[in-house]
Amino acid sequence: MPISPSSMINQYKFEDEPELRDLFITVDDPESHITAIETFITYRVVTKTSRGEFDSSEYEVRRRYQDFLWLKNKLEAAHPTLIIPPLPEKFIMKGMVERFSDEFIETRRKALHKFLNRIADHPTLTFNEDFKIFLTAQAWELSSHKKQGPGLLSRMGQTVRAVASSVRGGVKNRPETFTEMNDYMETFSQKINVLDKIAHRIYKEEREYFNEMKEYGPIHTLWSASEEDIADSLKGVASCIDKCCKATEKRMAGLSENLLPILHEYVLYSEILMGVLKRRDQIQGELDSKVDALANKKPEKDLFSEEIGKLEDKVECANNALKADWDRWKQNMQCDMRSTFTNVAENNLRYYEECLATWESFLASQTVDLHVEEDSEDKP
Amino acid sequence: RAHDNCLAKKMEITVSEAEKRTGRNAMNIQETYTAYLIETRWVMRAHSQSMWMLDSLWRRYSEFELLRNYLSVTYPHIVVPPLPEKRADFVWHKLSADNMDPDFVERRRIGLENFLLRVASHPVLCQDKIFYSFLTQLFFPFFQADSRLKALNATFRVKNPDKRFTELKHYSDELQSVISHLLRVRARVADRLYGVYKVHGNYGRVFSEWSAIEKEMGDGLQSAGHHMDVYAASIDDILEEEEHYADQLKEYLFYAEALRAVCRKHELMQYDLEMAAQDLTSKKQQCEELATGTVRTFSLKGMTSKLFGQETPEQREAKIKVLEEQIQEGEEQLKSKNLEGRDFVKSAWADIERFKEQKNHDLKEALISYAVMQISMCKKGIQVWTNAKECFSKM
Repeated sequence: MPISPSSMINQYKFEDEPELRDLFITVDDPESHITAIETFITYRVVTKTSRGEFDSSEYEVRRRYQDFLWLKNKLEAAHPTLIIPPLPEKFIMKGMVERFSDEFIETRRKALHKFLNRIADHPTLTFNEDFKIFLTAQAWELSSHKKQGPGLLSRMGQTVRAVASSVRGGVKNRPETFTEMNDYMETFSQKINVLDKIAHRIYKEEREYFNEMKEYGPIHTLWSASEEDIADSLKGVASCIDKCCKATEKRMAGLSENLLPILHEYVLYSEILMGVLKRRDQIQGELDSKVDALANKKPEKDLFSEEIGKLEDKVECANNALKADWDRWKQNMQCDMRSTFTNVAENNLRYYEECLATWESFLASQTVDLHVEEDSEDKP
Repeated sequence: RAHDNCLAKKMEITVSEAEKRTGRNAMNIQETYTAYLIETRWVMRAHSQSMWMLDSLWRRYSEFELLRNYLSVTYPHIVVPPLPEKRADFVWHKLSADNMDPDFVERRRIGLENFLLRVASHPVLCQDKIFYSFLTQLFFPFFQADSRLKALNATFRVKNPDKRFTELKHYSDELQSVISHLLRVRARVADRLYGVYKVHGNYGRVFSEWSAIEKEMGDGLQSAGHHMDVYAASIDDILEEEEHYADQLKEYLFYAEALRAVCRKHELMQYDLEMAAQDLTSKKQQCEELATGTVRTFSLKGMTSKLFGQETPEQREAKIKVLEEQIQEGEEQLKSKNLEGRDFVKSAWADIERFKEQKNHDLKEALISYAVMQISMCKKGIQVWTNAKECFSKM
């Protein structure tokens, strides 16, 4: 189903002005594929763009979760101190959701859609070459591209060397800004995890309440069957309770569509950010250990100073990239939190307003009857 | 709505206080119980002067039970108002099922007052002297009603009950079943509602701790957290009010039992009547058989007399005379039982009609008060979430 660019703008807000956007991505149409070895789901990724670097203005490809994971890893490797948006998890342990249940697939689809759009809106990541290939290459092209470049083993080698050279390095010369960021992230991470748990708890309680309410209304209807005079009142109460029951179902849906996914994303973000801060520390650590080594090996000073120069540049780049991205992330986080919690409040308001209207109209109907009764009693 | 001439119009009755007491019971074992203060106030007019008279005395729940048993037995044609529950039932988790719990004691105090007012406004019951002395005099005749009550609880097959009583019995069974079910589910709903509100209270602390590390969002978070605390706390009052609504329904749950008692009394009388009529019929038949010498129905006596020889005419005459006396007695008894039965049906039905009107009025009002409670709860919710929304939008 083709989606117009303007409707894509409405799908979620960003503080970047919509008119400046020249890349629009949707993820939809999950499809099941069954082969001899495995069963997996692919999603349709549609890209519409006016950028010159793209050969065409419209692309349609199918991607599976593995492909998204590959993209994320490539982006992390290319930009170690940029904040790569979170990917939905591989498995979901809690909630006993079946691996391929409709609910699971839909939740994942929405998260994947957000993932790509966040990359598209990122001032640096949006121009990443692997990102472009992800959006445009046909299945076989992507496979062959994936096989190129540093393999898994060599990537692992880099990491091992980095760890070996820095150990706990990068922390003692860490600029104040990044210590502040670390402290902030530790607290933020704690709080966001607690909030995530609270939100799930609220959802669970609301669902239990809904289940009991479903039984509550019909009892009044049952009762009305053995009464005459008060049958109408009883039926009225039954109808009010049923309406409130439906309203609470809507309230639950609002939570699961909005608050729960956002909090979950920021739980993932907190892990990502801790990782980014560690990688910055590691890069700093490489520089620090080389500087320390220089102090002990005077004769090869010249060789070292070129290497140190490169590392100093690397550290400066990493720090600047992270600082800029951090500010951007904080802005977006504030925006997301504000709109999500406002939405939660609006959801609850709508719920209470609906229930209020229901009960008020019942009350009005009852007091009218009472007045009629009293009038008829006065008559001789 | 009280009858103009009844006690409730002349005397103010309240159960104003409850007190924990310890004492020794009949088996000399120490026990703790609650005593309730009954206060009465009325105007005494004497020598063209009016004075306010005040009286008060303490009674415990078991004494109220004695009073009610007495009324049930003495006025079997009346739907006697029920007492509040003996033990806390239909509780949801927060409420204690403990009889000593202050909330339970308070609700029981209200229930006992309601009971006294119901009796005092009943056209027949309010005139009872024992009831009057229950209110005003320490001496209360210790009334043992067990055996008569047991009779009311028995079941037996009646051939021709008044159809209206059969219908009423079905109605009271249905009423009891549906109100029990409703109260059970209501308790579960209350439990869940409590959970929803209280969990929101967890927001307050997290928001407060989070606001400490935020610059721009801090204020909004902190004040929103405060509103979430208010929201979580508001459920306690809401559910306490709902307990009073549940008590109103419970009263009619117990009234169903009182209705059934009246039906059973009718059955008892009808059974008695049918047995007496049956007995009379069989005696008449025996008499006829003896007089005419024919045996229409098989009887052991007939067989034995065939086997062991007939009776002498003198013996037969004596028997017939005895039977004729019994038959006359029986017919008189049957007449008076019939009259009793019809009187019972008439007066019982009058009270049942009164009860029906009272029930419809009370239940309708209870449902309206339930709606009012829901409306109040919604308005509180709207206020809190409007405030919270404002705080969130300023984050």
